[in-house]
Amino acid sequence: MSALLEIDGLGIAFGGITAVDDVSFAVRAGEIVSVIGPNGAGKTTLFNMISGLYRPSQGKVRLEGAEITAMEPHLLARRGLSRTFQNLQVFGEMTLLENVMVGHHLREKAGVLSDLLGLPASRQKTRASAESALALLARVGLEKAAYRAARTMSYGALKRLEIARALALAPKILLLDEPAAGCNAVETEEIDRLIAEIARAGVAILLVEHDMKLVMKISAHLVVLDHGRKIAEGAPAEVARDPQVIAAYLGQHGQEQVLHAEG
Amino acid sequence: MKPKHLSLLVLTLLVVAAPFFFPSGFYYRIGALIFINAIAVTGLVILIGYAGQISLGHAGFAGIGAYACALAPEHLGLPPVAAILLGTALSAALAWLVGKPILRLHGYYLGVATLGLGILISMVLSNEAQWTGGPDGIAVPDLGLRGLLRDLGWRIGAGELWYGLAGTVMILGAWLALNLFDSPTGRALRALHGSEVAARTMGIDVARHKLHAFVVSAVYASVSGSLLALMNRLITPDVAGFMHSVQMVTMAVLGGVGSVLGAIFGATILTALPQLLTVFHQYEHMVLGLVMILVMIFLPDGLLPSLMKRLRGRDGE
Repeated sequence: MSALLEIDGLGIAFGGITAVDDVSFAVRAGEIVSVIGPNGAGKTTLFNMISGLYRPSQGKVRLEGAEITAMEPHLLARRGLSRTFQNLQVFGEMTLLENVMVGHHLREKAGVLSDLLGLPASRQKTRASAESALALLARVGLEKAAYRAARTMSYGALKRLEIARALALAPKILLLDEPAAGCNAVETEEIDRLIAEIARAGVAILLVEHDMKLVMKISAHLVVLDHGRKIAEGAPAEVARDPQVIAAYLGQHGQEQVLHAEG
Repeated sequence: MKPKHLSLLVLTLLVVAAPFFFPSGFYYRIGALIFINAIAVTGLVILIGYAGQISLGHAGFAGIGAYACALAPEHLGLPPVAAILLGTALSAALAWLVGKPILRLHGYYLGVATLGLGILISMVLSNEAQWTGGPDGIAVPDLGLRGLLRDLGWRIGAGELWYGLAGTVMILGAWLALNLFDSPTGRALRALHGSEVAARTMGIDVARHKLHAFVVSAVYASVSGSLLALMNRLITPDVAGFMHSVQMVTMAVLGGVGSVLGAIFGATILTALPQLLTVFHQYEHMVLGLVMILVMIFLPDGLLPSLMKRLRGRDGE
């Protein structure tokens, strides 16, 4: 099976400082791939390049074989790439329902004049969009709060709202940037279940997450970044034994301790 | 009843009921002036309140609408109603041309760029005296509606006529803006206001939507300027001036730039006060500045939304 998303030698430098350097890997349809690494390893930067927010200084991104490097984010959305954000980017003044309805934007466009005049075409699209948005909110367990303004909700709820909104695009691949950050154990478990469910429906998932338990459990494949470079890649169990990975996470001293403990 | 219909009902009732409380015919003119200002301010609700983009130059579009009504009948032989349409077409075209490059700017930069646009238009209107009559202004032909009605056997005073006409256009404008709010385009605008980055990743062409909001709000300002010119029968470059732009923004912000009713409320207060209290008139600009500062500090959501919130309890949920 050929890859859905291919990252090929991707790199970016900010004013002479290389943040991500020559990273390559691939994600297949329905597969969960996680990018892990210590803080500042370049995970979010990598996400921002893939989703078109940053222009890479080297390398290519391909989606279903077509090159999408540095393409405008709204065009990437049209091709089926959707994402969430590490530091929440919700539409605070809008209701939860409206937040998700924004994810339907590409399907519900009717034109400004039609929208101003409130023509049946526009109203019909709004109704249909509200219906399926409500179903998505139910899927992440937020249907009871559908008519509340997003800014009144808790952090954990907004994390799930972002997932529902990203799903409204009906994406082929979903980039999740630390979906469980700041969530308690129960919420994390719920997100874990949700991610597995989305992948089962055939959506490829690229995940950045610090919760190692979650990552090890649900990922088919891990990519480890350190100082912007890929230092390891493979199945979770394999990667966890990699001495370079242990060194990156625990420092040289920690690695000695681990080796010592093992020996 | 949906909030949209409730808003329109309240607005219509107020417009219809207000004349019963008028002590004299003079108040019809004030009412008409309020409605004319409210039309421009409703446009700013779309631009500032929905889309979160500032403009300090929208009076420029009012100027185009006003001078179209003064010049097109004389030079092109157009009837005044066609001149209004010509003005809106010109305003929309200019907003589209200028909006394309400047809407890439954010915050202060966009404020300064639109400020420059407004000043440019008012300079042209002042300086091209052979066309525009210069700073002294120019006479505007009669709309002809009163004569038409008289021929049909309906005698109506100028004040009453303009009150009804401007009120109708304002309600129509509010209806359009309220339709937009709960539509795909309205949600896209409010989304890019909330988070431009997230809006982009949701498939929203941010540049295009900002441009749409800018053009639509320019059309509102243009219609407002046209009606002002036709009502007063005389227009000066002040209509396009910086003070007029600031006045529009202050009205919107005072009432609550996120809500159509709120903005119309703001337009009512800031139009009526200087007309009713002549003392206030002398210090109008000072009071405008003071109002802006106080609202920003104490009622950042604007008068009406803040009041509603307090009435309903925190956050109105």
